[in-house]
Amino acid sequence: MFYREAGQFKTTYADDQALLPIAQDRVGLIIVLAIAFLVLPIVASDFFLSSIMIPFLVFALAAIGLNILMGYAGQLSLGTGAFMGVGAYSCYKLTTIFPDLNILIVLLLSGFFSAGVGVVFGLPSLRIKGLYLAITTLAAQFFLEWCFIRVGWLYNYNDSGAIEVPQRELFGLAVTGPHATPETRYLIILTIVAVMTLVAANVLRGRIGRSWMMIRDMDIAAELMGVRPLYAKLSAFAFSSYYCGVAGALMVFMWLGSAEVEAFDINHSFLVLFMVIIGGMGSLTGCFMGAAFIWVLPVILRAIPPAFELDILAATMEHISSIIIGALIIFFLIVEPHGLARLWRVGKEKLRTWPFPYAT
Amino acid sequence: MEALMPALDAVFLAPFRDMVSLPDFLIQVIWEGFVSGILYALIALGFVLIYKASAVFNFAQGIMVVFAALVLVSLFDMGVPAWIALILTIGVMGILALTIERVVLRKLVNQHEAILLMATIGLTLVLKGAGQLVFGGEPKTMITEELGFSTGSSDWEVFDGIVIFQHIDIAAAVIAIVMVAALGVFFSKTRIGRALRAVADDHQAALSVGISLNQIWAIVWFASGIVALVTGIMWGARSDVSFALEIIALKALAVLILGGFTSIPGAIVGGLIVGIGEKLFEVYWGPLFGGGVEAWFAYVLALIFLLFRPQGMFGERHIERV
Repeated sequence: MFYREAGQFKTTYADDQALLPIAQDRVGLIIVLAIAFLVLPIVASDFFLSSIMIPFLVFALAAIGLNILMGYAGQLSLGTGAFMGVGAYSCYKLTTIFPDLNILIVLLLSGFFSAGVGVVFGLPSLRIKGLYLAITTLAAQFFLEWCFIRVGWLYNYNDSGAIEVPQRELFGLAVTGPHATPETRYLIILTIVAVMTLVAANVLRGRIGRSWMMIRDMDIAAELMGVRPLYAKLSAFAFSSYYCGVAGALMVFMWLGSAEVEAFDINHSFLVLFMVIIGGMGSLTGCFMGAAFIWVLPVILRAIPPAFELDILAATMEHISSIIIGALIIFFLIVEPHGLARLWRVGKEKLRTWPFPYAT
Repeated sequence: MEALMPALDAVFLAPFRDMVSLPDFLIQVIWEGFVSGILYALIALGFVLIYKASAVFNFAQGIMVVFAALVLVSLFDMGVPAWIALILTIGVMGILALTIERVVLRKLVNQHEAILLMATIGLTLVLKGAGQLVFGGEPKTMITEELGFSTGSSDWEVFDGIVIFQHIDIAAAVIAIVMVAALGVFFSKTRIGRALRAVADDHQAALSVGISLNQIWAIVWFASGIVALVTGIMWGARSDVSFALEIIALKALAVLILGGFTSIPGAIVGGLIVGIGEKLFEVYWGPLFGGGVEAWFAYVLALIFLLFRPQGMFGERHIERV
């Protein structure tokens, strides 16, 4: 009843192929974007912006990167954290070598380095797949982590071994470094994530995205139909690593402010993996849902004991949230392997026929 | 060329000169590598057991090692005598195996192996959270002496130097060898062992001749739980029992690539190659890279191996080429 496309006639092919062919979806998206761009920066507290919304957007972008590789191209990767690290470190190097370069350009350029590294470690995917590939990405993870510690050039030979984000300005407004307000950082990160999501959505429904999905569903059939596995797989690795790299750069420059190698360790890779699984493999909406779920759940759990004046240690709640997330991953894999995104779709389907569930 | 010579020398000759000039040190390094290799091999053995029977790549093996060791130590701390604690821990691992089979595996029969892998990653999180919740996050000391292992060491004088052998390391090596032999006999001679191999070959065919998949899976998870317990004891004796072990357990993945996913001897040989290789590389070539190369040596070795022999040294050759 509320979500019904009756009466929305498509009169041109362009209409028919629109990204969101249903009017309600378009309106819904506009409302969400309006809230995100206009309402949140005004009403939300600094804490909400800088410790919930900004990390959520960063992880959503990283999850999109991993989902492109895992959900769309069918290549399992456990090295997301390291690819994010490549983005962060190259962003740091670029902005210290070329301090006058616009920070937005630096952020977007840094993804290319990550893409290059991703292609190199994606090369084995041409010969192997599945679990074996997971291990090569694990090799990438540990090797790159080691590089971040041992190659002093990457962090300008700091004594701390950490990368400290310098202050950079855009239109005279500090956007990185300690003087940047949460509102500016939030708006910039939101813009980048929104634009990159739009790009991803269009790439995924275009020729390249379809060739990835063909490779995922059955590589031999895809090859027979003229998809070149070499290009399809390596482009998936490049594209995915680009997104992860930009997410990593944003993570350090817009959220953490400074980062050591621990920010990119294997647990981090798993975190993004969980977001993709719970959100739903092969769904962009799912990436946002998964990121929100995994990031916000521990925050809510941490807030429960004080609210009820229970004397539970923060560490205990952390362990409980780890159990809950683990159990949910198993639950989703058993009950709904397509994750929250599928639940959302089912919900929309229900709304469409409500209140007459049999009237289709 | 002139500038290149010292670099080539540093990479190809100097390490070997170091080895020859201090042979007792070399033996010590190889022994250390051998022992850590045994421990990698034990973890890999747990992986192989489960992979053989159910094609599940059990990511949770590392955390199972920690979990088993923690149960054992905590029971002892509560005042249970060491041997009874050991038996109780075996019981706990049995219950864990039954639960996993009932709650997770039975529901995921016939799923793609990547799905199963991710399910075991979820299992890892659950076990990790539960372990930390129940036993606390601090490292604990393994009850080595109480279980009857000597904690002393023997010296061996050779090449004008001394090589030190910890008794617990020798025990670890012996136990690992006995365990592999026992598993080998179990797999090839007993009724259950043959049923396990049948299941590994083809689930449906095994079902059709009357083998119970559920039973086999519970047994195999129990077996790898016991392997995890032994690994936990041995590892705990060398360092403390802590959750840091979980990351080290990932090295078993590299071991599996070298040895092959389905081969028990492969797990042992792969473990030894990784253990000895990374110690030698760290000690003799590590300084060239600035140290710390142990962290990635195993994986990069596995990566190179994958390019040339993806099925591993002893694995079955049915890897799907793309």
